[in-house]
Amino acid sequence: MDDGQAIGSGRTWFAAGMRGIFSLPALMLMLSFVGFCAFTAQAGIPVEQVVFMVGAVWALPAKVILVSSMLSGANLLTAFVAVTLSSIRLMPMVAALVPEIRTEKTPTWLLLFLSHFVAITAWVFAMERVQAVPREHRVTFFAGFGITLVLANMLLVVIVYQFVAEFPPIVAGCLFFLTPVYFLASIWKSARHPVIYVAMVGGLVAGPFFYWLAPEFDILLAGVGGGTLAWLAERTWRKRRELSA
Amino acid sequence: MTVFEGWWIYVFIAIAGWLATDLWRWLGVLAGNRLRDDSEVLNWVRAVATALVAAVIAKLILYPTGILEHSPLWLRLASVAAGALAFFIGRQKPAIGIATAIAVLAMGLYALGF
Repeated sequence: MDDGQAIGSGRTWFAAGMRGIFSLPALMLMLSFVGFCAFTAQAGIPVEQVVFMVGAVWALPAKVILVSSMLSGANLLTAFVAVTLSSIRLMPMVAALVPEIRTEKTPTWLLLFLSHFVAITAWVFAMERVQAVPREHRVTFFAGFGITLVLANMLLVVIVYQFVAEFPPIVAGCLFFLTPVYFLASIWKSARHPVIYVAMVGGLVAGPFFYWLAPEFDILLAGVGGGTLAWLAERTWRKRRELSA
Repeated sequence: MTVFEGWWIYVFIAIAGWLATDLWRWLGVLAGNRLRDDSEVLNWVRAVATALVAAVIAKLILYPTGILEHSPLWLRLASVAAGALAFFIGRQKPAIGIATAIAVLAMGLYALGF
């Protein structure tokens, strides 16, 4: 970010993270939240419950599944299982992020607290930008961005909820489509390891394949299967190149 | 029991939403704390995390909910293809790819009378 200066106080880096709210990833997410807001308003879920959901759950796909479960009258256990299965991906995402941002002195409780702010957007943003932040300030930088992003979207829901129900279908459709298109572009752009490109293609192919094969566990199977295959392929290629070099 | 009223719904969201997601985040912290940032295991974790997110993306495009559920698949795929083409021609600027994909989708939806 700014100029990657090695000096600078914690407050400076927290503020630098906060300024991430004006980035393309944050803008895309906020537009996606307008789309989610339209979805909940049409479903008749009161605004205070939507705001609580944004703060408590945070991950957008998990919220879409939670709302769908509520609408279909699912009981607590059924809803829990559906949401939790869709959220397993958060574990490898957090596990990949933690070694990038922590130092030896970072307390685990702080990482546990901050992990709540991890969802796809914050993850993509952090993986892309923390490289330019001195290691001792990376956790602070992420906290500034993550906390601001959640609070801003809670506020956004309060403001736009009453307007979204009247959106024309084209606008609602385009808002929804922003999410996948933005994820595609930003993950590709921010990849710093060759394995990311292979895994991306692997997941895009494996996702629909496992949806057809075993729709209950499609995302999980696609991630572990497609990801492992991608890792093996990239590793083989890398080793061969090291040998010939 | 009406789902949308009273304190019960907040307990419902807290358990089926909050706990159901944070559980995995906490496990991620505990696992990530043991990984060195140059290890081969972390490379594998990166690959799995990326493939999981990619699978979510593929599902959002192929099996959308809401308005897009009624839009033709070829239009959604054409929008993504046009966006990808613009992205690679335009020096991998995300904004160029995203704007192109959304513009194609909007024109298509309009032409189809949405």
